[in-house]
Amino acid sequence: MQPLTNRSKVVVNKEMSLYEKIYLPAIISGMMITMSHFFKKKPTIQYPEQTREFSGVYRGQHVLKRDDNGAERCTACGLCAVACPAEAITMTAAERKPGEEKLYREEKYAAVYEINMLRCIFCGDCEDACPKEAIFLTDRKVNSELKRNSFIYGKNILVEGVDKRVDVSRRQTPAVLEFKKHKEFEHNR
Amino acid sequence: MPKVTIDGHSIVVPDGTTILQAARMIVDAPGYIGENIAPPTMCYHSKLKTSGGYCRSCIVKVSKGSEKDPRPMPKLVASCRTTVMDGMEVMNTTSPEVLEARRGVVEFLLINHPLDCPVCDQAGECHLQDLGYENGGSKTRYDFKRRTFAKIDIGPFIKLHMTRCIMCFRCVKAADQLTNNRYQGMLFRGDASEISTYIEKAIDNDFSGNLIDVCPVGALTDRTFRFKSRVWFTKPMDAHRSCTKCSGKVALWEKGNEILRVTARKDKWGEPESWICNECRFEKKNINDWVIEGPRHIDPHSVISLNHYENVVATMKLDVAKQQKQLADKK
Repeated sequence: MQPLTNRSKVVVNKEMSLYEKIYLPAIISGMMITMSHFFKKKPTIQYPEQTREFSGVYRGQHVLKRDDNGAERCTACGLCAVACPAEAITMTAAERKPGEEKLYREEKYAAVYEINMLRCIFCGDCEDACPKEAIFLTDRKVNSELKRNSFIYGKNILVEGVDKRVDVSRRQTPAVLEFKKHKEFEHNR
Repeated sequence: MPKVTIDGHSIVVPDGTTILQAARMIVDAPGYIGENIAPPTMCYHSKLKTSGGYCRSCIVKVSKGSEKDPRPMPKLVASCRTTVMDGMEVMNTTSPEVLEARRGVVEFLLINHPLDCPVCDQAGECHLQDLGYENGGSKTRYDFKRRTFAKIDIGPFIKLHMTRCIMCFRCVKAADQLTNNRYQGMLFRGDASEISTYIEKAIDNDFSGNLIDVCPVGALTDRTFRFKSRVWFTKPMDAHRSCTKCSGKVALWEKGNEILRVTARKDKWGEPESWICNECRFEKKNINDWVIEGPRHIDPHSVISLNHYENVVATMKLDVAKQQKQLADKK
């Protein structure tokens, strides 16, 4: 059979020579390999003081966006829940009352919006399905928790703060960013 | 008995049948395999007299008028209002001219229709959504402001959202023909026309809830179901109860053991099989009020068919005492 690599050796049961019996040269050559690594570049980084740069398409913890005026964009249409292959998203809709126009963008909003982070496979289909640009995956990591129930993230974790906005411009394609410059479309108003 | 050929499928139909009805007969015939050649309809409703002829979405091309006069008809005709002649040949999906014209019709229907499907309760079972998806273009060319109206509550159960209305007249005809007092009609003309009740007078009739079922879009919606759930997250079940006013045969839309909505059973063409009364529709929301027949058949193309299983698993009954007796007898 043809060997898969050029490093394979045929095992033979022949008697060792004197040079091999002394044993020390083999040990020294082994130590040389070890010590040569002292002067090479170290691949290890000191997490969490140091962090690696994330890929531009990294998909981490979700964010529910607010619009420019601070109103929640999500209208509880349920398309993310339909698109979700892991069935991680559930929501309950409610009707916006008069006077809540600054809190919610549309006449319907999500009173409860939950993502089970243990079920989520971070595929980003919810992002694709969303017609309101409300849900995005970000480069934030999901924290470790002690209880399974703590992984069911509600609106208190998912919705971005009014003064603590999450930048998602990297998740939008150049075509989308170009489209959003046109304020004459109703979608962008 | 005229013989008509639609997209290559021939059928012999009774006199006075319209092209649309003949097309539906072909599709409904047992053993029919092939695509749906019945033209889409928004305003035509087989159970409402004089309905049809408003929306133009059912237009077809008559390539051969009849056996006696084989000339084609000069223009595309509304199939819901054109009766068949012997030897007539009709082109629906096989004619690029019809598809092009229908795309224009969809564009006109959508001119004033808002793009609020994520909010609308009808989404998922909306005829206009289907029509737009199957026949429409993907972009709008309309730059002007769409007309908007304030939402009106017609009585405690129905919400009228005039912004979404496409002027199909179905609800007017239903109110006219199902009830003996007509309170609702079309006001103004042309571009400015709107469905209205006289001075927002509540439609107070036992069968007023059927207006919700005949509406092809989300203009008339159920106030008791408003924003409760998206249609595709509910489980449709056939159920019945003995009702003194109506047939009592309904479709329940459940979530868990909770009944979110009760509607009439809609057939393949989106038309209620029988009218149901308001008591069944709005007041019987307890699971104990109904005898459940089983899961409702949902078209596999519909989003409602998601996670929907219709095959009834044969229930296995374990009679332990009987089995023990059988074992004892063997010994």
